[in-house]
Amino acid sequence: MEALKKEHQLIVSVSPHVKSEETTSRIMWTVSLALLPAFLAGVYFFGPKALLITAVCIVSCMVFENLYMKIVGKKPVAGDGSAFLTGLLLGMNMPASLWSFSPFTAHVPVIASFVAVVITKQLFGGLGFNVFNPALIGRAFALISWPKAMTIWNEPTAALLAMDAKTTATPLGILKEEGVAKLLEVFGDKMSLYQHLLTGNRAGSIGETSAIALLIGGLFLLAKRYISWHIPVSFLATASVIAWVFGGKGALFTGDPVVHLLSGGMMLGAWFMATDYVTSPSMRKGQIVFGIGCGFLTMLIRLKGGFPEGVMFAILIMNCFAPLIDRGFQAKVFGAVKQDKAKEATK
Amino acid sequence: MVLHIGLFRSPILLKEELFNMGLATFKGGIHPPDKKTLSAGSSISETKPPKIVVIPLSQHIGAPCNPVVSIGQEVRKGQVLGEPAGFVSSPVHASVSGKVVAIGEFPNAMGRMVNSIVIENDFREEWTALKDSPDYMSLSPEELREKVKAAGIVGMGGAAFPTSVKLSPPKEKPIDAVLINGAECEPYLTADYRLMIEKSSEVVEGLRILMKILGVQKGYIGIENNKPDAVAKMKEAAAGSENIKVLALEVKYPQGAEKMLIKSILGREVPPRALPMDVGVVVQNVGTALAVYEAARYGKPLIERVVTVTGEGVRQPRNLMVRIGTKVSDLIDECGGFTEGVAKVISGGPMMGFALGGLDVAVTKGTSGILVMPEEVVSHTEEFGPCIRCSRCIDICPMGLMPSMLSVLAERGHYEDAREYNLFDCFECGSCAFVCPSKRPIVQLVRLAKSMVKP
Ligand code: SF4
Ligand code: SF4
Repeated sequence: MEALKKEHQLIVSVSPHVKSEETTSRIMWTVSLALLPAFLAGVYFFGPKALLITAVCIVSCMVFENLYMKIVGKKPVAGDGSAFLTGLLLGMNMPASLWSFSPFTAHVPVIASFVAVVITKQLFGGLGFNVFNPALIGRAFALISWPKAMTIWNEPTAALLAMDAKTTATPLGILKEEGVAKLLEVFGDKMSLYQHLLTGNRAGSIGETSAIALLIGGLFLLAKRYISWHIPVSFLATASVIAWVFGGKGALFTGDPVVHLLSGGMMLGAWFMATDYVTSPSMRKGQIVFGIGCGFLTMLIRLKGGFPEGVMFAILIMNCFAPLIDRGFQAKVFGAVKQDKAKEATK
Repeated sequence: MVLHIGLFRSPILLKEELFNMGLATFKGGIHPPDKKTLSAGSSISETKPPKIVVIPLSQHIGAPCNPVVSIGQEVRKGQVLGEPAGFVSSPVHASVSGKVVAIGEFPNAMGRMVNSIVIENDFREEWTALKDSPDYMSLSPEELREKVKAAGIVGMGGAAFPTSVKLSPPKEKPIDAVLINGAECEPYLTADYRLMIEKSSEVVEGLRILMKILGVQKGYIGIENNKPDAVAKMKEAAAGSENIKVLALEVKYPQGAEKMLIKSILGREVPPRALPMDVGVVVQNVGTALAVYEAARYGKPLIERVVTVTGEGVRQPRNLMVRIGTKVSDLIDECGGFTEGVAKVISGGPMMGFALGGLDVAVTKGTSGILVMPEEVVSHTEEFGPCIRCSRCIDICPMGLMPSMLSVLAERGHYEDAREYNLFDCFECGSCAFVCPSKRPIVQLVRLAKSMVKP
């Protein structure tokens, strides 16, 4: 019988024999897609410089990843999209002014990419084993090494071809140095301020300014279940409460949580950086603790620290605690609690 | 009945979840494509009697039975071939009449060699004398239990645990409910579905007998909601019995796992490492209920069962009534043979079944299906990635484990640590490996770890 002749070709492997369509690379590319609206908004407001800087980051990250893999003799996996995503996030976390800052600083994104991909990720064991968010370490390294270049902000021009733009302060910078009155003066009135923050028509890193675009991307990931609500919601809620209670001048409960939520890297951080699978807790309850920690530390730095912005350091600090949090929130085994209760009852 | 409205589930529901709202269920689980339409429409048909049957002396969990026939001996259909050795054991019977031509080691579906009896069919279909009991309901529980035991009935959903043992709970463990498992949550399989459609009243009778043996007043039949016609049929058949309830369950794998089914229907959680009887429940599969009825009514031993032969790799997927001991190759021929490019033949369903190395393997009491998968459908790949800690497996593990940790620890050889992460509570349902985006062979790693440490 023909069928019997084929016998030796049968595959024998352990169950299950069907698997879902989901793959790691599909996740990476989908998250990149979700970042696209915010990135495009950045290009719209900050011009081609934004595009160039991000492109340098993406290309450097992918090249470094492949080179590293070649050197250590592992199969290159840059196609899995994780280096692309790191590059995209890194680029979106850089100021567009970097391109025109003199002396010319195009090496900053390249070195930051090296730190992100090779030092933060690969030297810790590669994808899945890194403790810190690679893009954030890359950015922190750049900020510490080139503090000046990394904190000069261009005014959004919305003129696609403008290579030169006036420099200005970020809304959080103004808030920190000169207070909310000045902020309102600069943007006209409260409504106009909110509007600028929501659309992204304000100074800041390339991809962090358009709150609405980031929100759309975040909700898209939430709907696709690529992220869960636990980290972003607890992060943003904690930050809002602290901003409302302690954010005002003098009296308690006079702060403006909306300004804090929509400015700086809050939206980008809460939806796309803190939710990084590898560097956040994997238990849902632990993720809430993680989000609360991020929100708390962000506001602590913003209100009491030396920097106007605290999202980056807050997430990096919480990254350290992720394994610990996971240990504290081990899953409840099916039926286990009832057994304990039963045991107590029989005592 | 339990509704699961967890604080920790996503606020945005999937299509399947909306469709299933309000149905009894458990926490976790997955929605693999069910592919049941391939064979669902085919009513159960008799298979051509096989020329040769190979009947393993160990088709159940527990001690293999001792052969009581010798080579050259003529046997009749239904005659005992092996007597149980010990309490947790079960007899086996001849499924054809004919001559014993060999006794020796033959491979089973798991690839292990087991002592088996080979009979050459004389096609006379002569039955050994069976004890008919038209008024079986007047028999005592002990007499009925004896009939179940003598008929060699074991769990037919796949686990093949001797039914008589489940029906003899120790005194300190009172039983108050019997559940009939009609979930059939494995994709592709339709054997239980066909039985519920075609033999609904016999299945209900089987449940009544089980309730009588155990002296319980509550009987439940749980059926996944993707079989509404089976739900309707069973409801109709059970209409006369007030103490029997038929419930539609959420369509979600592994709804038919004993612990999950008990949670869904009764809201009771079987503690880790405990048995259903510890929460007062006995669970039996639909096919087993039918076998119990036939044993009580006609004294018929378990010598045939319904097997779904299906998959994209077989020409005519069908539900067949098959003699125990029939070779898989005979069933494939019966269904028109393979299509092009067959890659895998599985005994059981795609989630927990065993991939066969060859087609010489015989159908046993626990064989619920033969699934033939062509190249395109098989997700067989040696390549897998690192765990990216995406939490998907943790969210869906019905046992509330951390499959990600188990797989990482097993991969690194830290088996003792894996035990601390409740390694032995994993029942290898495969849900975690199904959802893993890195395609990690979690079940394989779990089995490896289990073989390296003691519970
Ligand atoms: S195979 Fe084990 S660890 Fe994986 S989902 Fe099933 S019970 Fe959980
Ligand atoms: S599903 Fe796979 S990648 Fe995700 S946490 Fe589990 S083992 Fe890791």
